[in-house]
Amino acid sequence: MITPPEDTSPDPPRATQALFLERQSYRRRRLVDVARLLPLLGALLLLVPLLWPGESTGANGGLETPMSTAITYIFAVWAVLIFGAVLFGIAARRWGGDTRRADTDT
Amino acid sequence: MGRKVLLIEDEPNIIEAIRFLLTREAWEVETHSDGTDAVEVIRASQPDLVILDVMLPGKSGMDILRDLREVPELAKLPVLMLTARGQVRDREEAEKAGVSRFMTKPFSNKEVLMAVRDLHAQATQS
Amino acid sequence: MTSVNLLILVCIGYVALLFGVAFMADRMAARGRSTWLRSPLIYTLSLSIYCTAWTFYGAVGYAARSGLEYITIYLGPTLVMIGWWWGLRKLVRIGRSQRVTSIADLISSRYGKSTFLAICVTLLAVISITPYIALQLQSITLSFETFFAADPGSGYSSGSSVFWVASGLAVFAILFGTRNLDANERHHGVVTAIALEAVVKLVALLAVGIFVVWGLSGGVSQTMARIDASEIGAWQVDAGRWTTITFLAAAAFVCLPRMFQVMVVENDDERHLRTAAWAFPTYLLLMSLFVVPIAAVGLEIMPDGSNPDLFVLTLPLSQGQDGLAMLAFLGGFSSATSMVIVAAMALSTMVSNHIVMPIWLSSRGGGASQSGDVRKVVLLSRRLSIGAIMALGYFYYRLSGGGAALASIGLIAFAGIAQILPALVGGLFWRGATRTGALAGLVTGFVLWLYTSLLPGMGSMMSGDFLALGPFGISWLRPQALFGITGLDPMVHSVMWSLILNATAFTVASLLSFPSPLERLQGAQFVNVFDHSVGPRGWTGSVAQSEDLMIMSQRILGANQAQAMFQSEAKRQGADGHLPEPTPAFLERLERELSGSVGAATAHAMVGQIVGGSSVSVEDLLAVADESAQMLEYSSQLEIKSTELSHTAGQLREANDKLMQISHQKDAFLDQVSHELRTPMTSIRAFSEILRDTDGLEPSEKVRYATIINNEALRLTRLLDDLLDLSVLESGQVSLDIRGGILAEVLDHAVSSALSGEDAPLQVHRVTDSENVALLSDLDRLAQVFINLISNAQKYCDARDPAVQIDVHQQAGFLVIDFIDNGSGIAADTQAMVFEKFARVSTDKAGGAGLGLAVCREIMHRLGGDVRYLEGQAGGAFRVTLPSRQPNRQPSHRAAAAQ
Repeated sequence: MITPPEDTSPDPPRATQALFLERQSYRRRRLVDVARLLPLLGALLLLVPLLWPGESTGANGGLETPMSTAITYIFAVWAVLIFGAVLFGIAARRWGGDTRRADTDT
Repeated sequence: MGRKVLLIEDEPNIIEAIRFLLTREAWEVETHSDGTDAVEVIRASQPDLVILDVMLPGKSGMDILRDLREVPELAKLPVLMLTARGQVRDREEAEKAGVSRFMTKPFSNKEVLMAVRDLHAQATQS
Repeated sequence: MTSVNLLILVCIGYVALLFGVAFMADRMAARGRSTWLRSPLIYTLSLSIYCTAWTFYGAVGYAARSGLEYITIYLGPTLVMIGWWWGLRKLVRIGRSQRVTSIADLISSRYGKSTFLAICVTLLAVISITPYIALQLQSITLSFETFFAADPGSGYSSGSSVFWVASGLAVFAILFGTRNLDANERHHGVVTAIALEAVVKLVALLAVGIFVVWGLSGGVSQTMARIDASEIGAWQVDAGRWTTITFLAAAAFVCLPRMFQVMVVENDDERHLRTAAWAFPTYLLLMSLFVVPIAAVGLEIMPDGSNPDLFVLTLPLSQGQDGLAMLAFLGGFSSATSMVIVAAMALSTMVSNHIVMPIWLSSRGGGASQSGDVRKVVLLSRRLSIGAIMALGYFYYRLSGGGAALASIGLIAFAGIAQILPALVGGLFWRGATRTGALAGLVTGFVLWLYTSLLPGMGSMMSGDFLALGPFGISWLRPQALFGITGLDPMVHSVMWSLILNATAFTVASLLSFPSPLERLQGAQFVNVFDHSVGPRGWTGSVAQSEDLMIMSQRILGANQAQAMFQSEAKRQGADGHLPEPTPAFLERLERELSGSVGAATAHAMVGQIVGGSSVSVEDLLAVADESAQMLEYSSQLEIKSTELSHTAGQLREANDKLMQISHQKDAFLDQVSHELRTPMTSIRAFSEILRDTDGLEPSEKVRYATIINNEALRLTRLLDDLLDLSVLESGQVSLDIRGGILAEVLDHAVSSALSGEDAPLQVHRVTDSENVALLSDLDRLAQVFINLISNAQKYCDARDPAVQIDVHQQAGFLVIDFIDNGSGIAADTQAMVFEKFARVSTDKAGGAGLGLAVCREIMHRLGGDVRYLEGQAGGAFRVTLPSRQPNRQPSHRAAAAQ
């Protein structure tokens, strides 16, 4: 399922600015790694509540997790994921010109 | 005796040498220098033997020989072929075309005379 | 209390507004002033058709029954969206580069443009989505009923209202969904109307939520306390359902035909995904934010037995907030209508392109270009399809009788549509996925879904005994406990088995089958879409008739658009007329263009009918080219390589020919050299033997024979000299001795050398005045050339009183020296040959072995001039040309002299 980093591969290094380009594309790749990990992280975080004691598991009333806690947790995770997506979107926009060229050219 | 040889050759000096040799052996020597009408000349002159050069102006000796063998009354005419090229494939080609004897220039005079004698003897015996 | 009439009035007004917005948007798009219509915001909002009435009303009911589980419906798509770089980006790129019109088209296109596969996906989609449409109709009806219940005197009939709602939606979808034929020319009107509806439903739900939290409960903390104290106040979630539904929602989000429509087909710019990636999850978050509070408060406030599915509506009504209730009603109405419209559009495109059109085309038989107006047929079939789909939804609603049986249909529809997932994901990421695999997976998944989910879910279709005991009492075939695994939630059970077996069948069948070359090509194009978004190489089209293509295209694209396209292509090809050459590139473009209207498979078939089975020839071609997929996928590279290869082969052949030629020339040359050497040697040997062996030779004879020997020896020497000369000249290793001098002196020297020792020297006529020319050249070499020419005249001139005329004049910067004798000249057919090695001009005289002229020509070339035979003269004539140079102005003088 994991795609190779199609258009994130470094530009062919040019003699004069090879170092700069290398570093930039390296960072881009790592950023894409993060973007790829984001949904996985989200899925994991959203599985966490399943470990909480619920009505079915804990019949002894006091251990139940209150609904408000669950709501707070899930919406917090949700917001974090959205925030991550915003950051990645901004980053992607910054090298948007590059991606577009790399995408359409090849 | 009336022995006649027809020499088809385009080099004047070689013609002169062969004429000298054969005349001393009592041959009547006729010469011709052009390949184009060689077959007709042979038919007309009715020689006992033909000495034929390969590289002739107009028509090569090989072609003359092939055409000669097509003519029934000339099919058995002894032909001594002389060539200055002297490659193996020439000899083979000449033998295929029905040559009686094939010699490479430069030749020794004795060889030529021997060859002429042999060929004539064979022709008269058979 | 809101009167029914007012409600109906508001409804009609709202619909009129939507019509207006859609109309305006279409107008603006047509005029090209639609930049904001193509903004990422509109794109994001259009994605909100994911939130249907089922989620608008149903989420609260869901929460009231099962707590937080409802949220999985939103979490799945959220995960997909924030992971857009993984999958959606690729999906959108492929959809755009291949001009895909629907999810069925995409699957069909990926697996070798298979029509059969497209039909399967279409059927699956129609069967899954029809109940879903019925669900929307039901929700609208229910919300109507809620208002009518409060206004008993209205004489309301639910049956007729559903009919009118369905009809109205059908009309809307037809009006704005089939205005233009090319599905890839986006439906700006519909999309904009949907975006508006997205805002309305969000605002409505937020308004109700805010009213509940701050109006009824007095703030966030109190609301939280109220929630914890309510029936659903404890975290209680079935782990299996939680994960399964999250996954299912994610899958459906990608596979649902209406989502594919707005996400891929209506996508204007791939970069919109960047914004939608966070904006759409935010929308979903806001949509679900107040669901639990509304449910909790509703459960607390509303009387027992009231339908939690309608809390969004009944809560404000019960509190006397008629305006808010009206807003909520509009929100629900928006959710339902937008979903139904887009779903009907998407499904109709699939039905029309993959079922109606292929049948129609094959029924015409004669070929696309000879039959009637295809454009009208496509539009008509698409409109009829919309009507038919709406009718299906309507009748499904009427037959199922609505109620609880429908409520569960949402998830069942998700499970059905998710059966496309393995074929889709496999197609995008796995080159080895084949048509057979996709078909096997789809059929397996579909049958299992039907058996374990849809039929049991519809209640009346399966008897209780059947469910409890299995068919014919075979217990391991019980629809909700396959293979004897009991105790699973029916939903989890169905999804697990259907998708696992689907994926297994897909994988195994893919591994076992062998794809056709076209499939492999498409596979490579899909999986490596970012490497080459050029489009499929489809046609070799040498026999295609441009005119036929034009006629067909006009019928599908419309006369103006087709003509414009053909003209622009003709212009690009540099042709004068209106018809371009049917180049492969053009045919590909045309096919893509057509596939936007009628789908990839149909377009392929139509162009194929005219081009004449090129589809087959492509497959053949590719198969022949190479079996390895590597070669297929880089067919363009292969092309370049093969041209390189053939070019190289050509060069090699040329080089070989040249070598052969050189070898032949060398053989011929050696033959010639052998002949030319042996001939004088023959004379020498013969006469030397005569002199040796013959007694009594006359003294004059001895002299004569010795002279012959001497001459022939000289001839040999000359020949060897010439040979060496020629080889030196030809190899370019000659060193020229460039000096200044006077032409007359060179000629004097040449004439005397050439004629010395001749018994009967020929007459040489010269004009000494003209010969007084300064020269800068290798004078010895030049003299050698002159000697050769004069000797030739001496040897070959056949006149009774041989003479040669030497003319000198200047001509165009060249010094020209003509040698014209009074003989008969050289025959025209041998003129060209005289400069070849060993070409003898005449056979009459011996000793003329022709290396002389070849040497002359080489020398003259070295000296920057030439020697050639001069035609049209009385006798034999040779012309020597030499660049005329002034000795003191010649800069190369010293350099040349220094050599």
